[in-house]
Amino acid sequence: MNKIFEKGGKFYWLHSTVDAFETFLHVPGTVTTKGSHVRDAIDLKRILILVVIAAVPAALFGMWNVGYQHGLAVGDPRLNILGNWWYGFLRVLPLYLVSYIVGLGIEFACSQIRGEEVSEGYLVSGFFIPLIVPVDIPLWMLAVAVAFAVIFGKEVFGGTGMNIVNPAILTRAFLFFSYPNYMSGSSCWIHYKPTEQLVDGFTGATPLALDGASAQYGTGFWDLFIGTVPGSVGETSVIAILLGAIVLIWTGIASWKIMCAGILGALFVGGLGDLAGISTIPCYMQLLYGGFAFGIVFMATDPVTSAQTEAGKWIYGFLIGALCIVVRLFNPGYAEGMMLAILLCNVFAPLIDHCVISAHLSRKAKKLKTA
Amino acid sequence: MSQNFVLKKGLDIPLAGEAALRVSKTIAPGIVAVQPTDFKGFLPRLLVKEGDPVLCGSPVMADKKNADILLTSPVSGTVKEIVRGDKRKLLAVLVETDVRQQHVDFGVRDAATLDAGQVRQALLQSGLWPWIIQRPYGIIADPDVRPRDIFISTFSTAPLAPDSQFCFGSELQAAQAGICALSKLTDGKVHVSLDGKRRTSPFSGLRGCELHTFQGKHPAGNVGVQISHIAPIRKEDIVWTVSPATLVAIGKLFTTGRYDVRRKVAVTGPMAIEPGYVETVPGMPVKEIAPFLGNTPAESLRIISGDVLSGKTVGMDGYLGAFDNQITLLHEGTEQELLGWIRPFRFNQFSADRSYFSWLLPNKKYAMDTNLHGGARAFLMNDGYYARVLPMDIYPVYLAKACLAGEIEKMERFGIYEVLPEDLATCEFVDPSKNNIQAMIEQGIDLMLKEMA
Repeated sequence: MNKIFEKGGKFYWLHSTVDAFETFLHVPGTVTTKGSHVRDAIDLKRILILVVIAAVPAALFGMWNVGYQHGLAVGDPRLNILGNWWYGFLRVLPLYLVSYIVGLGIEFACSQIRGEEVSEGYLVSGFFIPLIVPVDIPLWMLAVAVAFAVIFGKEVFGGTGMNIVNPAILTRAFLFFSYPNYMSGSSCWIHYKPTEQLVDGFTGATPLALDGASAQYGTGFWDLFIGTVPGSVGETSVIAILLGAIVLIWTGIASWKIMCAGILGALFVGGLGDLAGISTIPCYMQLLYGGFAFGIVFMATDPVTSAQTEAGKWIYGFLIGALCIVVRLFNPGYAEGMMLAILLCNVFAPLIDHCVISAHLSRKAKKLKTA
Repeated sequence: MSQNFVLKKGLDIPLAGEAALRVSKTIAPGIVAVQPTDFKGFLPRLLVKEGDPVLCGSPVMADKKNADILLTSPVSGTVKEIVRGDKRKLLAVLVETDVRQQHVDFGVRDAATLDAGQVRQALLQSGLWPWIIQRPYGIIADPDVRPRDIFISTFSTAPLAPDSQFCFGSELQAAQAGICALSKLTDGKVHVSLDGKRRTSPFSGLRGCELHTFQGKHPAGNVGVQISHIAPIRKEDIVWTVSPATLVAIGKLFTTGRYDVRRKVAVTGPMAIEPGYVETVPGMPVKEIAPFLGNTPAESLRIISGDVLSGKTVGMDGYLGAFDNQITLLHEGTEQELLGWIRPFRFNQFSADRSYFSWLLPNKKYAMDTNLHGGARAFLMNDGYYARVLPMDIYPVYLAKACLAGEIEKMERFGIYEVLPEDLATCEFVDPSKNNIQAMIEQGIDLMLKEMA
């Protein structure tokens, strides 16, 4: 690094930023000073970029779906796959620009204030945020929400690794409670210009809001599984999300225990709902609706905010799945339970771990006493 | 009752440069350093001055807290220099060796016929006492305590660790005498663990002790890990551990009447030229192994006394540590690596993480260097990411964080009594956040020592 960026140099205030770009280009020549003289080649950059790669299929599909849904809405399904994708790409790109410029800007500034290297955590959050908001969200709202989530969700606690709730989920929650008109109902999920003529009987409501009633879309199993339905940008395609899940589970970055437990929890409550007659849709369909798949694969498994202990992961995942469906079944005003379920369980994760560890330690102590 | 333990967790680090099983040189060093800093908890008081003649086994310094605990010279000669550091801290006493090595005669005795007091007296007098380590905390043992048990791990699973069979194959008789002596010092048992991967062990014929076998990846050979499986350390428990080299030295004290800490030392590592063994004494200057270094410039070479995970950087002017029977030579990885972390394949870098492809080449050895391979970050991954390389029933990240925070109660809860920094070395190796976990544990142990004193 040039001397002017080092401590005492003229541009020291840019130190963290320059360091971030420099270490992005190449692994620095830092050597070990304490402890183990050799270290594993893995670093956080590698781990977090893999999470981004895992979410790429969902993002690409989401962009295509934006174009496809628009075509359906205006009765003009002439565009081919690439055309649809390009249409969606142009709509989603501004979301990405806002998400990264605002989020990384704050991250860089805070790192500089703390005198630390910039942590890569926001690479992932910033990639997720555009995928979990409606495509037509006004950009200034997104900017405000990102700023709130990064500052109050993460930086005040000390940055990446210290946060209690997932910043991406917090962004969405902020938007949801501050600007509900833009985050729910039937007009926000599909991009169209006010001047465009919509087809008769069009409704842009998501299948979740319609609760399985048929609109002009098919909302059968395969539509939901493939993801050709309205919704937040990246959340609709279960199959694209599953591709990401395979990457995350294979590399061990995300916990398969959390994912499995989440699915079990959802099936359990969904099944109870079916038996009690509260719900009219089969419980397994709950796994395909709304943000469940995206949430359980990418959001619930965030290693910082999820439960740390192995037993805790089962409890944490199960609670998320179960709570999500509870919200869906009992709250007619608000159809999506995933966001709140994850937020709530993020907050409870340390408590879950505390209980698991306490139980484990007292078992161990008992065993030692008898031994 | 002896037991066989198969440990599933752990990590063998495939470092290149294993020592060939032959002694390439017997080194009688011209100068030997007696370093009190090798013995944790030893507060040195000098007993010699420059120019004093010493024999092999003559006391050089005593512990300020207990004048009976002595450190003795491993060679005979004259005291050449007393090396002090900042605030006049005593770092080493350098002894210039003479040609005719003379030993203090401690008398040949049958350890089986002695009582505890006589054994203790012999160990204290000869300077072998500080080589006995107490757990918790890894400090020198207190002669006034009778430990619950004594544990000996006869093998090491650390990267490129010396071969137990090769080093101690001919020492069974001395080891047996050592066991006889040690068993007088405890009301409990002497537990000896053997390498489960080997069919034979020089120690398998030992009597008067409990034999266990341990099979698994590193740190399965660490005595701390073994204790936690055989009989975990509870609060208030005190156990002692003895290295196999010390066990043999204790035995020789009784069978030959001499303080004899000569041993085979493996010179290993990817930068070592024809890695092999030398026979020498602890405190040997590193310069003596110059033939292994070749023409590598000193600034691009890291010389470690000990293994790569927990050894100490000593440099060209350093000395072999008292407890070390291995020297590792590494390349200083100060080079930048263009787009390192984002390349899909980095076949010359080892990673235990599945996001690289080292698992495709399970038998490949890597010429690792000292590069950190990333920037330091806060802990991000789950506890389980670290626990998969630690075959102990503890939560490594919780323990490390408790040590960082200096919370005594939590450190106790999470198992500070059971560990030494070396036991969590594999966790430190795999950490993608590049935390110095061993230093954190050390910090915690130091705090415990201070608070409990």
